[in-house]
Amino acid sequence: MTERLSGGEMLIRALQDEGVEYVFGYPGGAALHIYDAVFKQQRIEHILVRHEQAATHMADGYARSTGKPGVVLVTSGPGATNAITGLATAFMDSTPIIVISAQVPNEVIGTDAFQETDMVGVSRPVVKHSYMVKSADEIPRIVKEAFYIASSGRPGPIVIDIPKDTTDPNETFDYDYPETVSLRSYSPATRGHGGQIRKAVAALMRAKRPVIYTGGGIVQGEAGDMLTAIARMLGYPVTNTLMGLGGYPGTDRQFLGMLGMHGTFEANMAMHEADLIFAAGARFDDRVTNNPTKFAPDAKVIHVDIDPAAISKIVNADIPIVGPVSEVLTEMARLIDAALEEDPERIDRAAIDAWWGRIDRWRRTHGLDHDQRHRAGTNGAMLPQHVIQAVYRATQGEAYVTSDVGQHQMFAAQYYKFDAPRRWINSGGLGTMGFGLPAAMGVQFAHPHDTVACITGEGSFMMNMQELSTCMQYALPIKIVNLNNQALGMVKQWQDMQYGGRHSHSTYRDALPDFKALAESFGHVAYRVDDVGELDGVMADTFGPKHKDDLVFIDAHIDPDEHVYPMAIKGGSMADMVLEREPGRDDIREDV
Amino acid sequence: MRRLLAILLENEAGALSRVVGLFAQRNYNIETLTVAPTEDSTLSRVTLLTYGDADRIEQITKHLNRLIEVVKVVDLTDGDHIEREIMLVKVRAVGEGRAEAKRMSDIFRGQIVDMTADAYTVQLTGPSEKLDAFIAALGDTTILEVVRSGVSGIGRGEKILSL
Ligand SMILES: Cc1ncc(C[n+]2csc(CCOP(=O)(O)OP(=O)(O)O)c2C)c(N)n1
Ligand SMILES: [Mg+2]
Repeated sequence: MTERLSGGEMLIRALQDEGVEYVFGYPGGAALHIYDAVFKQQRIEHILVRHEQAATHMADGYARSTGKPGVVLVTSGPGATNAITGLATAFMDSTPIIVISAQVPNEVIGTDAFQETDMVGVSRPVVKHSYMVKSADEIPRIVKEAFYIASSGRPGPIVIDIPKDTTDPNETFDYDYPETVSLRSYSPATRGHGGQIRKAVAALMRAKRPVIYTGGGIVQGEAGDMLTAIARMLGYPVTNTLMGLGGYPGTDRQFLGMLGMHGTFEANMAMHEADLIFAAGARFDDRVTNNPTKFAPDAKVIHVDIDPAAISKIVNADIPIVGPVSEVLTEMARLIDAALEEDPERIDRAAIDAWWGRIDRWRRTHGLDHDQRHRAGTNGAMLPQHVIQAVYRATQGEAYVTSDVGQHQMFAAQYYKFDAPRRWINSGGLGTMGFGLPAAMGVQFAHPHDTVACITGEGSFMMNMQELSTCMQYALPIKIVNLNNQALGMVKQWQDMQYGGRHSHSTYRDALPDFKALAESFGHVAYRVDDVGELDGVMADTFGPKHKDDLVFIDAHIDPDEHVYPMAIKGGSMADMVLEREPGRDDIREDV
Repeated sequence: MRRLLAILLENEAGALSRVVGLFAQRNYNIETLTVAPTEDSTLSRVTLLTYGDADRIEQITKHLNRLIEVVKVVDLTDGDHIEREIMLVKVRAVGEGRAEAKRMSDIFRGQIVDMTADAYTVQLTGPSEKLDAFIAALGDTTILEVVRSGVSGIGRGEKILSL
């Protein structure tokens, strides 16, 4: 028998039918019918945030760490506009979140009513798709479609804008949740083109200086195992983008580390010198390629991506393959395996050995661990690299790590080795400061028994620190590591390198709070660390049984003068990098 | 390169704004745009004229296809096709100019669809160049107002754009 439910109840019921566990939200006038429906049920837990932007990042953290869409509920007007940064963040990194925004009633739309904003219009450039509910009976179908679109093909965020009258508790409808979606205009590729795949495999086996370059698509597309299988069979080097870390085991010998603007010397050199680049689930972002006209001059490019629009957008693909990476890589693995079975000599092992010889030399001479640079900072100050390495040791490399944006993010990406996908969670595409803490909260909700660390900078942390209150309310045992350099470090680094050291509005040394006291005022545990000698002890307490159930905030005061290296030289090729502090140098890219 | 794209679109509120928004967002130009429902009222057909090299058109096409409500995109300029545009021109028609305006309209096989003591409104249909030529040919005749529909297009022969 079908039930009679109001629009608000149908919405919540549909979310239940999608298996939603958490809704991250914040109430307001237009959303009150929906909130009443939330109140009357137990299956979905609503998490009351302190700012709607944080709710979107929580949903995003939940989605990135599980692969399932994260759900947000906000009121109209300011509630909706506060969600925009989170939508844009999810859009740039192709993550599935669903933002349900309440809207003023249909009859007053367009009249500049109190708290009216054209949410569908405002969000349009940063969503995969959006819906405006016209009448309540559309709600189940729209929710069904929204979840399907958000998580299929190239995933992305969806907005569902719901006018208050369509959630009226006094009007009820037959509730019937659709089992399938039929969208004639949307059918993401389900497999790659067989001929192209065979061509790609043939090119791979002929390569003498190959590099496998993969991004977030491998993580999102659940293709890490297949990637690893292919790399092992071929014995070729692998590099990951900032978004792709964990897609290939970070501690593996074949792994060259991250590539791009702050990528490792060996990864960037290998890309530049390659004769074949096998790109999968990556999009040749400008932070990777540096100047596209000087990109890998000798390389043939194979490019696998679910999104045809990502292919040949920046760098022309010689062998384009549109399809889900997991399917395509599975097929490639099968063909490679069969070819090697038939003739193990198909690969030019001598050439590959020589190639590894060059890569190992790059790694030895200029890799992240090549010198003593990171042993001590100016005047013995603690270095950020030390802190990340201490976190890595204390968590045995098994934590979920979220990050914010800045130097600390790059240090985390360089020095924490991720062996599994979905463990490294950061805003790569939009570069949203303030992402780290709420994202960590979303991850912790999804994985209540796992260790979740947020590696942040004091600038980024202050953009969403109100969520310490939410953490208190829900007893989230997140470990926050604040790399406190008393500055907008990444901005300051660029000013050091490009603007003669004029630190225009990138420092605020005398205006910072006592972070330890701040965190404690929310009922959390906090430490301040100034000396590298104290690090391992504090980390052991933080990540050990002692504080298993506590949120711990570590305010790590680090050398304020440290820079992130390598750093790509503006306008150059991938081989053009600054490797260490060179006074007077000012040819670095201009946009932060 | 001048490119004429035909787009089949779900006939839904907001669908057109996504197409137009895409062009603005990605820094592509819209030269002309026409849109109306097709014989199947659930579908709208857009004809969109834009300029760009092959790479750019490829990107535009891919991004259009990414929009959920876009059902199909075809570049009509890839093959044989017919283009038509309709134009209404209001010209001053007094004294000697009155006869001259009529004559020009006849030469271009236009129709005078409205007239007053002082003005003619000429309707003209054809490829855009013909409409341009008419404007140029009007010479001394005073043009009071011009409205053009933008280009509509269809493939020649058996080729059809449908679901
Ligand atoms: C919302 C937002 N505003 C501005 C920027 C530009 N920006 C990039 S890094 C950075 C400094 C970040 O400072 P902090 O969080 O302390 O990190 P640090 O670089 O010092 O490690 C700024 C301002 C940004 N990425 N996001
Ligand atoms: Mg800082």
